[in-house]
Amino acid sequence: MTLDVNLLRQDFPILSREVRPGIPLVYLDSTATSQKPRPVLEAMEAFYRTNNANIHRGVHTLAEEATAMYEQAREKVAQFINAPSAEQIIFTRNATESINLVAYTWARANLKAGDRIILTEMEHHSNMVPWIMLATERGVELEFIPVTPDGLLDLDVYRTLLTRSPKLVAVSGMSNVLGTINPIAEIVRLAHAAGAITLVDGAQSVPHLPVDVQALGVDFLAFSAHKMLGPSGIGALYGRHDLLEKMPPFMGGGDMIKTVHLRSFAPNDIPHKYEAGTPAIAEAVGFGAAVDYLNKLGMQAVAAHEHEIVNYALDRLEEIPGVKVFGPTADKKGGVASFTLEGVHPHDIAQILDRDGVAIRAGHHCAQPLHEKFGITATARASFYVYSLPQEVDALVNGIYKVKEIFG
Amino acid sequence: MDDLYRELIIDHYKNPQFRGHLDPNDIHFEDDNPLCGDHIEVTLRVDGSGKVADGRFDGKGCAISQASADLLIESIIGKPVEDVKKLSKQDVLDLLGIELGPVRLKCALLSLKVLKAGVYGLGESSEALIE
Repeated sequence: MTLDVNLLRQDFPILSREVRPGIPLVYLDSTATSQKPRPVLEAMEAFYRTNNANIHRGVHTLAEEATAMYEQAREKVAQFINAPSAEQIIFTRNATESINLVAYTWARANLKAGDRIILTEMEHHSNMVPWIMLATERGVELEFIPVTPDGLLDLDVYRTLLTRSPKLVAVSGMSNVLGTINPIAEIVRLAHAAGAITLVDGAQSVPHLPVDVQALGVDFLAFSAHKMLGPSGIGALYGRHDLLEKMPPFMGGGDMIKTVHLRSFAPNDIPHKYEAGTPAIAEAVGFGAAVDYLNKLGMQAVAAHEHEIVNYALDRLEEIPGVKVFGPTADKKGGVASFTLEGVHPHDIAQILDRDGVAIRAGHHCAQPLHEKFGITATARASFYVYSLPQEVDALVNGIYKVKEIFG
Repeated sequence: MDDLYRELIIDHYKNPQFRGHLDPNDIHFEDDNPLCGDHIEVTLRVDGSGKVADGRFDGKGCAISQASADLLIESIIGKPVEDVKKLSKQDVLDLLGIELGPVRLKCALLSLKVLKAGVYGLGESSEALIE
């Protein structure tokens, strides 16, 4: 099944706005955040209009409805990644908080000075800084799977690193700069054989590819709703049941407790043990609606569409003299094209494209070490999603020719 | 031509008159814009009467940051260092002759920040210097 992109674009009100009078929006920044379809917006508004109440403790009708809607969203998210049970989904603010949750609970309870964590050179800062903080605090050692010049992980080096008994392998499912889709099943299998726990930063992979936590065998998976058609302010952590049961709580407060006395408390059962305070309830409802929308499209179709668009984008970009695209060939990557243009800083490219309504990102995209690896400070990045059209790639390419004209 | 990328800016970006490094120098300072990795270094020579005898900038970054550095150095040569200390954000914007949003303003003002930290002999630059 293929996506009817022109039809589904009608579900995204923002895509029909003009950036300035007469200049339609060409949104090529979905890797930063996706746009939201009407069913997501409507689900959140309907919740506030008719069901709004705090969850879990209330006895009145609205509280029961709100609780049921919040927990139903958890069920939907669990099914979306084929988690064995909904209680293995913890709602967080975003993928970053999900990773920090593991760093502050599982890692601080289980890792000591000298223990090793394997990361990769292509990680987003969200899957790097929490571990650098832990390393600084605890004396844990960080090791990095190198990125090859064509933007792939060097698995030979990974195998060598695994011989040194790491405790954790934390790796991105898909690079937010290179678009590289990493071989997670193999990485997890090798990590487990070496006795390590695995965490996958799914901020990019979960929105763009079919992800099955049971098939992958991953122990923790972190992702954000806002990158997968849902609202900002909510994300999720999937965790292996026995690990979640044993980990200490994250933040303390209401809802994460069973009983509280003046000098002691007993933590609640999972997942509530990790959800202190009133959560983002309307956002959870929106997250559920986003998952429904993606299920309706079918994740195979989503991935196939992005593959087609990125393939076209790479062909068109590579025909422009002076453009260098980073990352692997289209068959090994998702809908991301990061590039440089000789003699022009990426910020200037982004600024000139913006004049024509083309929204791309310029900078290090929260992956500074990766840019250092390639010897550059910044790239321009165009990224695609379910609503992206080939004509939008053409608008990007025309804009780059205009940049070349201005910069002579 | 896009008004943000006036010929003047492109010209100073592509053919800067004051790119380089003075050695020896009397004033030397450098700093980054951590948001985008732009980097500017400024070196100045000051004569016996306290005027800027010569100046150069070096660095890398977007057209706005590099062109504003070139224009800024050009504008201060022959001026008393005491006057350089008084330069404001508006002086740089007047040199560039364009309107800038908040993000690009940081690019445009990096050279002023570096220059003022240098002439004040400060160990680090600060946002307060360009207000």
